[in-house]
Amino acid sequence: MPAVSKGDGMRGLAVFISDIRNCKSKEAEIKRINKELANIRSKFKGDKALDGYSKKKYVCKLLFIFLLGHDIDFGHMEAVNLLSSNKYTEKQIGYLFISVLVNSNSDLIRLINNGIKNDLNSRNPTFMNLALHCIANVGSREMAEAFASDIPRILVAGDTMDSVKQSAALCLLRLNRTSPDLVPMGEWTARVVHLLNDQHLGVVTAATSLITTLAQKSPDDFKTSVALSVARLSRIVTSASIDLQDYTYYFVAAPWLSVKLLRLLQCYPPPEDASLRSRLTECLETILNKAQEPPKSKKVQHSNAKNAVLFEAISLIIHHDSEPTLLVRACNQLGQFLQHRETNLRYLALESMCMLASSEFSHEAVKTHMETVINALKTERDVSVRQRAVDLLYAMCDRSNAKQIVAEMLTYLENADYSIREEIVLKVAILAEKYAVDYTWYVDTILNLIRIAGDYVSEEVWYRVIQIVINRDDVQGYAAKTVFEALQAPACHENLVKVGGYILGEFGNLIAGDSRSSPLVQFNLLHSKFHLCSVPTRALLLSAYIKFINLFPEVKITIQDVLRSDSQLRNADVELQQRAVEYLRLSCIASTDILATVLEEMPPFPERESSILAKLKKKKGRGNLPVIDDTRRNVNGNVEHAEKTEAPNQVSTPSFTDLLNLNSAPGPGGNLLVDVFSDNAALSSTDVCEENFSRFVCKNNGVIFENQLLQIGLKSEYRQNLGRMYVFYGNKTSTQFLSFTSSLSVLDSFSPQLNMHVKTVDPVIEGGAQVQQILNMECVSDFTEAPVLKVQFRYGGMLQNLAVKLPVMLNKFFQPTEMTSQDFFQRWKQLGAPEQEVQKIFKAKLPMDTEVTKAKIIGFGVALLDRVDPNPENFVGAGVIHTKSIQVGCLLRLEPNAQAQMYRLTLRTSRESVSRRLCDLLSEQF
Amino acid sequence: MIKAILIFNNHGKPRLSKFYEHYSEDTEQQIIRETFHLVSKRDENVCNFLEGGMLIGGSDYKLIYRHYATLYFVFCVDSSESELGILDLIQVFVETLDKCFENVCELDLIFHVDKVHNILAEMVMGGMVLETNMNEIIMQVDAQNKMEKSETFIFQSTRQDR
Repeated sequence: MPAVSKGDGMRGLAVFISDIRNCKSKEAEIKRINKELANIRSKFKGDKALDGYSKKKYVCKLLFIFLLGHDIDFGHMEAVNLLSSNKYTEKQIGYLFISVLVNSNSDLIRLINNGIKNDLNSRNPTFMNLALHCIANVGSREMAEAFASDIPRILVAGDTMDSVKQSAALCLLRLNRTSPDLVPMGEWTARVVHLLNDQHLGVVTAATSLITTLAQKSPDDFKTSVALSVARLSRIVTSASIDLQDYTYYFVAAPWLSVKLLRLLQCYPPPEDASLRSRLTECLETILNKAQEPPKSKKVQHSNAKNAVLFEAISLIIHHDSEPTLLVRACNQLGQFLQHRETNLRYLALESMCMLASSEFSHEAVKTHMETVINALKTERDVSVRQRAVDLLYAMCDRSNAKQIVAEMLTYLENADYSIREEIVLKVAILAEKYAVDYTWYVDTILNLIRIAGDYVSEEVWYRVIQIVINRDDVQGYAAKTVFEALQAPACHENLVKVGGYILGEFGNLIAGDSRSSPLVQFNLLHSKFHLCSVPTRALLLSAYIKFINLFPEVKITIQDVLRSDSQLRNADVELQQRAVEYLRLSCIASTDILATVLEEMPPFPERESSILAKLKKKKGRGNLPVIDDTRRNVNGNVEHAEKTEAPNQVSTPSFTDLLNLNSAPGPGGNLLVDVFSDNAALSSTDVCEENFSRFVCKNNGVIFENQLLQIGLKSEYRQNLGRMYVFYGNKTSTQFLSFTSSLSVLDSFSPQLNMHVKTVDPVIEGGAQVQQILNMECVSDFTEAPVLKVQFRYGGMLQNLAVKLPVMLNKFFQPTEMTSQDFFQRWKQLGAPEQEVQKIFKAKLPMDTEVTKAKIIGFGVALLDRVDPNPENFVGAGVIHTKSIQVGCLLRLEPNAQAQMYRLTLRTSRESVSRRLCDLLSEQF
Repeated sequence: MIKAILIFNNHGKPRLSKFYEHYSEDTEQQIIRETFHLVSKRDENVCNFLEGGMLIGGSDYKLIYRHYATLYFVFCVDSSESELGILDLIQVFVETLDKCFENVCELDLIFHVDKVHNILAEMVMGGMVLETNMNEIIMQVDAQNKMEKSETFIFQSTRQDR
């Protein structure tokens, strides 16, 4: 008999759904829905009290409408009534509505909590389960506050039913995720660990999930779980499948529990106890052995379940990274899967092997599968699998196979899916650089990259090749020759023109001896591309031309003619025009010596970490990138090269801007002469300016950013958890800024802790004018990351990009609190738990002046409390941080030591994250 | 952790959506559309895993799905879940639905949304796997149905329904 009989149920609901399904058009559907919404609304508002059945029917209709993607803004009250009913059907539908539709900050939460409380205390397991489900699904702070202390009690009580225990464990897990500070640790933790021994495997599974999460946070408290998990795992692995009856899934004994236990063990290092360790090794060996046994069923579910356990066991082996034999066996097993007919297994094998590649024991073993992986790249039909193959090739690459792998990746790139091209380009660029033995290969590879996938070569990549060429004089001649040859192609990518222009401008002289690449030939070649290029590239080429004048006096006349032509001198683009005028003038009036000084070869770039790697990391997100820079395999000692930075742009700038006195207008033109790059530098300046950030910790107004073009000033005011900031943009030039936009982004992709609302500004800022932008903000909960203001505008035809970290910090939401000495110390003691206190001892960076310190503490937002500390030298303060969700009381004490020129700063608040953040902020101020 | 469970048909019509993290209604609908777009363009016989769309959190999340006749079952999970384990869980979910509805079809999901939610609630709670044993799940569902029957029986006699 089916568990749900189709006949009964709500006819009204069925009719409504049928109506909707019969609607011929979207409009008809919306019309029908609106009619129904009106009907339900009037029913809910009507005088006649509705019976539970009707309420249930209407709530079901609302749920259906919601699923179709329509807003539901009423019915919540009725749902709350339903869940308070003592009829199961009504209660159940009420809970369903709440957990689907109610968001965490609903006004009704108090009423809902009341209902939940009654059900939790009802001792009716069904009701308790419904209540626990609701808490877990909504997971709001208010609920955590109300129930976090009850749930551990339910979980470990002796008389709790198994199904309730299961729900309680997961509910607690959920609350621990959403509001970890509210879940009290205590004596229950020890008893939770013992749930691993429970009779009921469902309870064990739920408890394992809970313990895994808790153990990640405080491994020491749950250490005992290792021995219990190994014992449990061993019993499952060695059992005949029939022992576990219902928990056997397609002839595999308790696969989910095994997976969870293996996950839990990945929170810890290999067990130190020898017998425990050997028992675990035995388990892992058994799991590996089972993979070789003939399948007990042909069904895919059987092999899935078996392999789920196997892959998790391999993860654990990789995590422990201590048993060479197991690692190699794991690698061989994965090697088998690489050729399996199941696509899922090939996918997972590639993914797991990526992890194996970074272990010193198995790196070599992984490399033996290179041909298979390369083959996968060529033949797999599924882009997800091909992408994993690329990842694995990247992870297994070392100096011995770099050339082959890079070549294969380049071949694949020719017809790779668009969605993963940019990533492959970055990977190739990194590998080519990291494992370059001779840099001619490196240069070839990057030029190939540009040829094959020019559109996907980001600026970082071509900047990088230029940095490397400039820093390594053994490759400069070769680079010049190669770009010269590459530029011969009738159609070449603009990125190649950029690289070519830059390199020939710097090192064209190295190949000028050959009559086939004489200065004039070089110039004509570059200039033949000029008209097809965009403005920034043309600007770069103009700079290359002036460098040519210095390198090759014989082409001076030709180049001057080009610069003098109307299309340059009267170019509509201000930047190009300015460059043409300045370069022409420079070439006419400056003596050879001056010219040689001004247009000297670029100095080497400072050695920095590759910005490409940073870009790849950002693109892939944390954790997904196999680590290839670990020292173990760092065979290439000198791979770290320069990063494109601002430093060279500014080298010796002032000396010749004075000298020439050519440009009255401030701006990039001023230091363009040396560096053909600088316009691109402006474009790529993704570096966030934080220079003045810390100056705003204790004050609200001032100038946060200033360069030659633009000044950004701030004025801000805060009240409780709300704030408003006025941002003033001042145009310091006499020219308009066009397409001016400014927007906010938070460094941490998404921050629900701080709501910000920005009013848009006028896209034009006249020369010398100032415009104001208003920014409203609301602090939802405590936060660390400050928002970043991104400003973009065109000045003289060139896009300017800048990013400024806005001084919105947690302490801005302080309200000072006055209190007496007695109150202060009483509260100080209450906040005595180790995680509530954060202390820092640091050296004074500024002169120790009492009055200045006082002003800063008041500026920080707390009340400065007089005559509280027995030592008059010390400063103490108190305040409350206001956020939308909570208020956090905060006490601070600053103890200066004039002799040692040191300070000790102590913060106590009820939340660790708050204490830490405040301490970090304030300690930078003295 | 499971971030969302979505069921939609071959045309992208949602038949069940359950989010274990809070999104606005609007975003939820967009996520459903995005997911449908990602999943539906894939061939049969390719693997059952792919990286999540931008809205759901990008490559830190995986979409694990199965396609049965007219319906797609999609679980969006983070890296703490076993891919094959989730794949099996989808199978258990479908087998359970099949038992409860006797040859489940798309219409059952449409007309008994509340039941489907209840069955799912027996398996997944707050984004964590609660129970994987089909007999246990069906036992719970049966118990609920019994309670329901005993309650509805009392006042089902005279009703005007619309």
